[in-house]
Amino acid sequence: MAYALQQLINGITLGLIYGLIAVGYTMVYGIIGMINFAHGDVFMIGAFLSLIALSGLASFGITAVPLALALTLVFAAAIAALYGWTIERVAYRPLRGSFRLAPLISAIGMSITLQNFVQVSQGARVKPLAPLIPGGLELFREAGFTVLLSWMQIAIALTTMICLAIFTWLVTRTPLGRAMRACEQDLRMSALLGIDTDRTIGLTFVIGAALAAVAGLLFLLYYGAIDFYIGFVAGVKAFTAAVLGGIGSLPGAVLGGLLIGLIETFWSAYFSVQYKDVAAFSILAITLIFLPTGLLGRVDVEKV
Amino acid sequence: MTKSFFLAGAAALPIALALTAPAEAQIQIAVAGPLTGSNATFGVQMKEGGEQAVADINAKGGVLGKKLVLNEGDDACDPKQAVSVANELADKGVVFVDGHFCSSSSIPASKVYLEQGVLQISPGSTNPAYTDNGGWNTFRVCGRDDQQGQVAGKYIAEHYKGQNIAILHDNSAYGKGLADETRKYMNQDGVKEAIYTAYVPGERDYSALVSRLKAANVSVIYIGGYQTEAGLIIRQAKEQGMNVTLISGDALVTSEFWQITGATGEGTMMTFASDPRKRPAAAAVVKEFEAKKIDPEGYVLYTYAAIQIWAEAATKAGTTDPKKVSAELKAGGPWDSVLGPIGFDAKGDVTKPDYVFYVWHDGSYHEM
Repeated sequence: MAYALQQLINGITLGLIYGLIAVGYTMVYGIIGMINFAHGDVFMIGAFLSLIALSGLASFGITAVPLALALTLVFAAAIAALYGWTIERVAYRPLRGSFRLAPLISAIGMSITLQNFVQVSQGARVKPLAPLIPGGLELFREAGFTVLLSWMQIAIALTTMICLAIFTWLVTRTPLGRAMRACEQDLRMSALLGIDTDRTIGLTFVIGAALAAVAGLLFLLYYGAIDFYIGFVAGVKAFTAAVLGGIGSLPGAVLGGLLIGLIETFWSAYFSVQYKDVAAFSILAITLIFLPTGLLGRVDVEKV
Repeated sequence: MTKSFFLAGAAALPIALALTAPAEAQIQIAVAGPLTGSNATFGVQMKEGGEQAVADINAKGGVLGKKLVLNEGDDACDPKQAVSVANELADKGVVFVDGHFCSSSSIPASKVYLEQGVLQISPGSTNPAYTDNGGWNTFRVCGRDDQQGQVAGKYIAEHYKGQNIAILHDNSAYGKGLADETRKYMNQDGVKEAIYTAYVPGERDYSALVSRLKAANVSVIYIGGYQTEAGLIIRQAKEQGMNVTLISGDALVTSEFWQITGATGEGTMMTFASDPRKRPAAAAVVKEFEAKKIDPEGYVLYTYAAIQIWAEAATKAGTTDPKKVSAELKAGGPWDSVLGPIGFDAKGDVTKPDYVFYVWHDGSYHEM
């Protein structure tokens, strides 16, 4: 029981990080129907920006952890948002209206570009960060097994909840959100009704990138080791999460992230550690056979 | 880690060092290694060690009444260049080569030496294939990658009997090889591991694995793998409140490990070659080097020892005929050397592995 609970905590933490990245995939897909493969790399850049900010702040003598983290969060989210906007402007907007595969290829190119850029400018070695928020809560003890909930895990859960709450409010309650939902339903019709679709799409990328940067900061703090390649693994998992939850659906992305995190963790916990990815992707494949649009995805009715 | 550095673009031709034609009362031997290229540090160390050894032996009257002449071969750690250097040295009538350094050079060169009947003792090639697939002519005075497992396995069996031990690896040739060897020797000494499993390298989240270890009350983790994953696993284990000791191989002898673990890496142990400068047998020779303002670091003493051992075996065999010296090296011994007494098994590997334990303490590691 205690063991299962500990694994549940591990799985939820991992799943929330996946979910936060998955939101970026699902948003972009929802609005322009393309997979932004560079999103995982924006997450990676977010993690690097956080590391740069933290070491920069430390050299300015700002070592109070809450202040440093708040400043880092703002810095990383802002610069990553700039990256998101630029990527859309440079790599996707010129191809809008081109054939379907063009932006997809462009996205893969963007992903490789960003990866190599970071590899060359920051070096290929692993960049470490010493634990900033050590310790945690001892929940309970059973037969010599102590269930621990670290402060970092609590921080990840809280930050993710807050980000998703703000994001949900943005989409459902603001004029920008209304414009985004309109573009999602019908891009051309929205343009005809006077919505600046280019601006809306650009802002979607900005928001997605900012969320990815938050995930990058959390990832850096939780695991303490990043390199130019983390965006690939995390990106693939988050993309899978978005598909599992139903691509285009926001609650689906979070649900998918949690599920992938939990499947990986529980498979490692009770079966084989080395086959956890096989398990996660097999479950994805089986789910898609029976629910082709994912768990919460809507069936797209083609209007003729 | 295997020292298989493939150096591309080594356009430099093997430097044929013009030496006097073999005279009657001389014995031609050679040092071959990366005198140029990115591993040149090691080649220079070998050259310094070889020159000193030859000078010392000649000062005492040489071998079998003849003086030694030291040839040099530069392979730049390039397998192709190593082959041409090997042919060149064989053509010069060299009977013994102290080299090469990179396993990727030593292995192809050893085939040439086998054909041409030249004895080879490598001071630094640790890849098992060098002697496993070698002929009668291949020897080494350093350890083998898989001997680390022997040292680690025996140590764990001796010191952690009765505790719950986990053996993990990353499924790489290096990692799995190391983990399997360690397990083999540990089991031989009657200690069974509680958990044996592979992990997925390149991930960051090992919390599920760590909780599993925690549930099995593991107090010793042996990892066959690289520093990043090992660092993350021990960090996450300590964060989950485990009281556990990490033991691993030479991949952890890098500051990267400590940067990831911080204080959670305290007490982590790993096998690595011992520092030969600190051995009592080396004291006199180390002084000689220091008088010449040379620090006998790295492979200097290994190269020195190879020539020393060869000279002893040749003297005992009463001939420099490579085949007879080879038989003597394996049958006789242990041979006195600056590395301490060294004996060879039938394959030409040292019988007493050179690996010792190092331990991480407060951001640096030192020999235990």
